[in-house]
Amino acid sequence: MSLENKNHQLLSKIATNDKHGENSPYFDGWKAYESNPFHPTKNPQGVIQMGLAENQLCFDLIEEWIRNNPKASICTPEGVNEFRNIANFQDYHGLPEFRNAVANFMSKVRGGRVRFDPDRILMSGGATGANELIMFCLADPGDAFLVPSPYYPAFVRDLCWRTGVQLIPVQCHSSNNFKITREALEEAYMKAQEGNINVKGLIITNPSNPLGTTIEKETLKSIVSFINENNIHLVCDEIYSGTVFDTPKYVSVAEVIQEMVECKKDLIHIIYSLSKDMGLPGFRVGLVYSYNDEVVNCGRKMSSFGLVSSQTQHFLAAMLSDNKFIDKFLAESSRRLRERREFFTMGLEKVNITCLPSNAGLFFWMNLRSLLREKTFEGEMKLWRLIINEVKLNVSPGSAFNCSEPGWYRVCFANMDHETVEIALMRIRAFVNGRDKGKNIEMKRWKSNLRLSFSSRRFDEKVMSPHMMSPHSPMPHSPLVRAT
Amino acid sequence: MKLIVPLQSVVQGRNGFLLGSLIPCALFYFLQLYLKRRRSNSSNSSNNNNNPSSPSSSSPTPVLPRSSSRSNLSSRGSISRVRVSKLASILSKPDDSLYYIGLDRVLQDPYHVFVNPNGIIQLGLSDNKLCLDLIEKWLVKNLEGSVMGNGDMNLSINGIVPYQPFDGLNELKIALADFMHQVMGGSVEFDPSNMVLTSGATPAIEILSFCLADQGNAFLVPTPFYPGFDRDVRWRPGIDLIPVHCRSTDNFNLNITALEQAFSQARKRGVKVRGILISNPSNPVGNILTPDMLFSLLDFAEDKNIHIIADEVFAGSTYGSEEFVSIAEVLDSEYIDKSRVHIIYGLSKDLSIAGFRVGLIYSHNKTVLDAAKKMSRFATISAPTQRLVTSMLSDKRFIQEYIETNRNRIRRVHDEFVDCLTKLGIKCAKSSAGMFCWADMSGLIKPYSEKGELELWEKFMSVAKINITPGSACHCIEPGWFRICFTTISFEEIPLVIERIRKVVETCKSSS
Repeated sequence: MSLENKNHQLLSKIATNDKHGENSPYFDGWKAYESNPFHPTKNPQGVIQMGLAENQLCFDLIEEWIRNNPKASICTPEGVNEFRNIANFQDYHGLPEFRNAVANFMSKVRGGRVRFDPDRILMSGGATGANELIMFCLADPGDAFLVPSPYYPAFVRDLCWRTGVQLIPVQCHSSNNFKITREALEEAYMKAQEGNINVKGLIITNPSNPLGTTIEKETLKSIVSFINENNIHLVCDEIYSGTVFDTPKYVSVAEVIQEMVECKKDLIHIIYSLSKDMGLPGFRVGLVYSYNDEVVNCGRKMSSFGLVSSQTQHFLAAMLSDNKFIDKFLAESSRRLRERREFFTMGLEKVNITCLPSNAGLFFWMNLRSLLREKTFEGEMKLWRLIINEVKLNVSPGSAFNCSEPGWYRVCFANMDHETVEIALMRIRAFVNGRDKGKNIEMKRWKSNLRLSFSSRRFDEKVMSPHMMSPHSPMPHSPLVRAT
Repeated sequence: MKLIVPLQSVVQGRNGFLLGSLIPCALFYFLQLYLKRRRSNSSNSSNNNNNPSSPSSSSPTPVLPRSSSRSNLSSRGSISRVRVSKLASILSKPDDSLYYIGLDRVLQDPYHVFVNPNGIIQLGLSDNKLCLDLIEKWLVKNLEGSVMGNGDMNLSINGIVPYQPFDGLNELKIALADFMHQVMGGSVEFDPSNMVLTSGATPAIEILSFCLADQGNAFLVPTPFYPGFDRDVRWRPGIDLIPVHCRSTDNFNLNITALEQAFSQARKRGVKVRGILISNPSNPVGNILTPDMLFSLLDFAEDKNIHIIADEVFAGSTYGSEEFVSIAEVLDSEYIDKSRVHIIYGLSKDLSIAGFRVGLIYSHNKTVLDAAKKMSRFATISAPTQRLVTSMLSDKRFIQEYIETNRNRIRRVHDEFVDCLTKLGIKCAKSSAGMFCWADMSGLIKPYSEKGELELWEKFMSVAKINITPGSACHCIEPGWFRICFTTISFEEIPLVIERIRKVVETCKSSS
């Protein structure tokens, strides 16, 4: 047998299945971007990246803080004397001042309406690591978690890949703005039970990715009652909690359980990170906050697999305790996000493109149903490929998020400057006007590299889990897959 | 639960079969069942309260058996109780390994020369504090370029803050490849494209475990071994570690016969062995594998069609006369199937920056690298740290000076320490590398068993106030051996440590 086959045989099942999710057609957009990235001067015809939920609007504030606070970094004359204390520090409890600062920051993001206990904060390798860690603590292989759709595509990798947990989507619909209803939860839960699937919990993202909406207090209370009654866990991914820029005011699950004394706190867990709110994804700060002692004890030991660099802990301990800076940052970040979103959505409205009303997040949920030639997922993918190829924008199709209805696309707006936004709007306007006038803008040909993941067969309605392996072509200097 | 058959009456045939053996057996069995039920009821109720995480030695804790896989564990708990995962139920209990208990005890009463001179001295962690001054000096001299600067390396905030390649910056991989080349004697080149970077060697071992074996499979591992392997391989990947016992008569060197035996015994039990996990230089013994032994290992792995995971984190801490030979070097020299060998490395030991979390997987196997790359998203190195370390490693002159000075200081402390121990009548295993000595205290324990070893450990902890690691935590088959790390103290503190050890030695000698 060939060496490669032999190699393949020698690997584990986990290493050779495709639960890592990187073979989904969704990532073709990434590939198109990476082979032809937009640059205002060097490559003005390139693909504009609108599929990456990164917050780049407030780098200047962070830079300014770093310049004014040399002690925070060990790489300055003022801060270098701290080096020896932290160089060897690999205690999985984390630096106490770091945990205190994080607790303080998390409380500020929630308007001071809740306080967090620093001893319940666990570190992990980014939100990616945090999501996986909480699954290892709550569920056994084969157990299931309910997840309202549409949801972040990489949940499949983070929650299921190495843990063996399965996800059961809870469908939400545009008829009520994709709100999570008690009925939908109960239906999904009952169906799972009938199928003898052991549901261990529910995971929600609040504010939602990809919707950009926050969950209303009453809905959140209803969700908490639901999990409490059924004695299943509630994991709240609150990584976008600091990106709320409009009413309704953000309500965290931490606030809700303060009021609901009958709720078993042991069931509540929060996932947090600094990648979105603070725009520091490169720092890899993932956090799990659990009200359950067993989870804290177990999770803390598992932190060893994703500890935050002590250099980073030390730096952030200083930055996140600077209350004046934090207040200013959160206010300014919200303002810039709101401004950016408004500018973009108003521009889209001029060509009759609407978006789901949203008050948070680094993206909005765009409605292109009127532009679909067929109101099917196939139609959605066709339109998407057009947008990538002709309009040269990498937006993310709703099917990648397991959305129940075709025609929705997630557009990220916080990872570019204003000029780029204008160019993107111009391109969209041109495209829509052209399509409206009935001009035939069919694709001349499919770019060959977009066929990487697809065979020549027709698509199914749901193109979520293709069975083909895409060629393993490592792209140096840029991630093949970035977080979304 | 053990099924112990009271043998005496069976063997001696007293009182006939029924009265003499069956009834006592049954009674004994039911007694155990009753005790077990009672124990699980009381831990059930204590779990429902908010139990703080302090290690308590009072309540019996379910032990994660050393050689059984996760699938053997039964679930507990009633319906209305909040259920966490099986893994969490076990791991949330206080540790039962003296390795971790020792670390906790030090945290509660840490020695400090001025603030707490009677505290417990930490000799149970192989941290390298001997050369931090060199790095500090380098930082002071090179601050501008280290993290935030402009120019050549695109070190502005825009460079370090956004998402980065998840398996590590290319510049860092190149710098690490160079460093490994230097540290391992300059005789083998490492290719940066064969690397996946991770936040420390700990996740690197876990990721390789996930890639190379399925839950319920096993790795062979020579004993004594680093206690952390139990955590890295068993906990989440669910892979078992089958000990291959090495003996003091061989200076704890590995021998292939023992490997063969362990492999076939595993096969008889229906356990699938997927690889061998070795540390070279060895932790805790400190010996180095000879090129011959490396070749034999490769042959063995080839014959059984399994992997070799070589943890080489101590490669730079050699002080003896023997030269360290990386397994990568052996792969270079012969036509061997390179695809089954995977190396773990990191900067925690050789560059003293354990807190910064810099580790890597090195492999020629593209499929493994590919899978590991995807998994490295769970354990990526923080970007500012990547920049800082790249900058440091690129200063070739500094690195050369550091490597040499580090070796010399380790040798100096090692030689002095071993000398003093010998004067106390404590012999150490012959070692050529590492940051610890493997000391034979079997003459001081009574009885000559794990129990005796535990008592001696406790004496060291409470009387001498030093934390050393007992051989049982390292799965050593012979009782009485202890790992004593000497790089967390300064040369000047050696007499203090020796004095404390002497106290215990004398207590033991006088009581025997």
